[in-house]
Amino acid sequence: MRLVNNLRKGTRNALLGAALILLPLITIAFGRAYVVYIYSLVMVYVIVSLGLNILTGYTGQISIGHAGFMGIAAYASAIFTGRLGIPFLPSMVLSGLLAAVIGLGLGVPALRLHGHYLAICTLGFGVAVNQLSAVWDGLTGGYQGMKVPVASILGFRFDTDLSYYYLALVVTWLMVVAGRNMLRSRPGRALMAVRDSEVAAQAMGINLAKYKVFAFAISAFYAGIAGSLYAHLVKYVSPYDFNMGVSMTLLASICVGGLGSVPGSILGAIFMTLMPHVFSRVKNLPLVLSGISLILVVLFLPYGLVSLPWRIRSARSARSKAGRVETSGDA
Amino acid sequence: MFWQQVVSGLSAGCLYALAALGLVLIYRTMEIVNFAHGEMAMISTFVAYTLLVRAGLPYILAMLSALAFAFIFGMVVERVFLRPIQEGPLVSMMIMTLGLFMVFNGAAGWIWGFDPVSFPYAVRGRPLLIGDIIVTRDSLLVLAVTVIMAGALYLALRFTMAGIAIRATSQNPRAARLMGVPVPKVYAITWGISAVLGAVAGILIAPTTFLSPSMMAEVQIKAFTAAVLGGFSSLPGAVVGGLLLGVLENLVAGYISTQLKSTFAFALIVIVLLIRPSGIMGTTERRKV
Repeated sequence: MRLVNNLRKGTRNALLGAALILLPLITIAFGRAYVVYIYSLVMVYVIVSLGLNILTGYTGQISIGHAGFMGIAAYASAIFTGRLGIPFLPSMVLSGLLAAVIGLGLGVPALRLHGHYLAICTLGFGVAVNQLSAVWDGLTGGYQGMKVPVASILGFRFDTDLSYYYLALVVTWLMVVAGRNMLRSRPGRALMAVRDSEVAAQAMGINLAKYKVFAFAISAFYAGIAGSLYAHLVKYVSPYDFNMGVSMTLLASICVGGLGSVPGSILGAIFMTLMPHVFSRVKNLPLVLSGISLILVVLFLPYGLVSLPWRIRSARSARSKAGRVETSGDA
Repeated sequence: MFWQQVVSGLSAGCLYALAALGLVLIYRTMEIVNFAHGEMAMISTFVAYTLLVRAGLPYILAMLSALAFAFIFGMVVERVFLRPIQEGPLVSMMIMTLGLFMVFNGAAGWIWGFDPVSFPYAVRGRPLLIGDIIVTRDSLLVLAVTVIMAGALYLALRFTMAGIAIRATSQNPRAARLMGVPVPKVYAITWGISAVLGAVAGILIAPTTFLSPSMMAEVQIKAFTAAVLGGFSSLPGAVVGGLLLGVLENLVAGYISTQLKSTFAFALIVIVLLIRPSGIMGTTERRKV
């Protein structure tokens, strides 16, 4: 049975992988080459949404400042590769680590905060990073922004949308698998225990401070990798890229997709990234639609889009069960 | 120079205090931080603008109608969007107010346009000179309105039946309900009052910042800071926090950099939360299992 399940899972993964590899090729065949760029953007947001979900959905710590971490890493990548001449891959890892260190720094005061206070603190963090990136123009180029060099690994330059797509795909795949494995192992279970009851978690011997700060650091690392990937995708960073709106969209995407769920993070990121491009003709429409979807999800679908099939199935089985009870009553 | 900065800071601080009062009022009663507070105020301010400039109503009448609108607006938001999830986790209420923030912000742009428009001052005339400090008539008005609003709120909470019901509900909703307090109605009224406080802040800020859908973004963060500074559970704390933030921020702007105001606010939040998480006048929350 288990073998069959594993085989089935293997085929499913292989199919998914093949679909993701073929997707941009098919898109280009249909003459929509620019959409490949949007696919890469989706993957950037998949990574950061997963990171935010680790913090918010799995650990219960709200952040409305994740764009700040993305911004720090994006600027760091721009500076590492552009000014210091560090190769792309080490620079990406370094930027992610830098974001993680700053996440550690923010995690320490956040230890004393709960719920709303934490939300306000992270909101302030996001705004402060954004403002500093505009003011500190010696480092960041101010409102003019900074150009980011083309990503290259061992001499191969990822200078087309298609090649960058595959790069982003590999990075995203690695991050998602690593995240899922982490969440399924000891630290992941500890995070969920912290979310469900801090007191109970402590009673079970979980070091609250350690795991909360860990969640912040991991989450910031994900945001950092995403920020670095974003910088090399767009090849330009400016203070406008990482404002409060982005942080709010990120929170919206994990809520709409599904809090505390890896597929939910992915689904939410896809939804929230594609929607603005679909409805870009009317100004503010994406903003209003994000707001409306947040409100609807909170009101009617607390576990997000990812719970939709399950909800439908359970509603259907409840109905058929009710029907069966009725017929048995007749007999 | 120093005292001039302090006086100008007090005027800005009054506005933060008004906005923070609305936030704290809702937080005390329902434990919700309303992230849409600023946007609701912005919409009420736009309504005031429409009545005043486009419909040509006299100033006082336009403002009073706008405040009445704000009161009803606040009650409707509570009734439609927050009451259904009252029993749910706090996170979902916060996310709800974030969703409302997006909708209000976007919709305001559609209704009133995206370009900033100028909003008339309530009072005009030459600035006054007290000693060697310049005080504009507008900032005196702001000060007076803040004192009146804060005083009225204090007296209403202290002496009226509705005020006592609000305080009882914030202490213990279940006990209040057992004593015959109509708790849902109290929640609605709390939101109404909070929206009015926000609207007053919005109307007083609009002449200096100009009127636009994003006008309250900065004020909202300042109101949060003021509330954290004073203690989120304390109404006098909100006023003290607001005034203190206004003055400190103006001193930073005067002596260090005008561009770093929000960064300073964030630093202040972190410092306060590290040293005294309950704020200057707040009480420590005890958490139960």
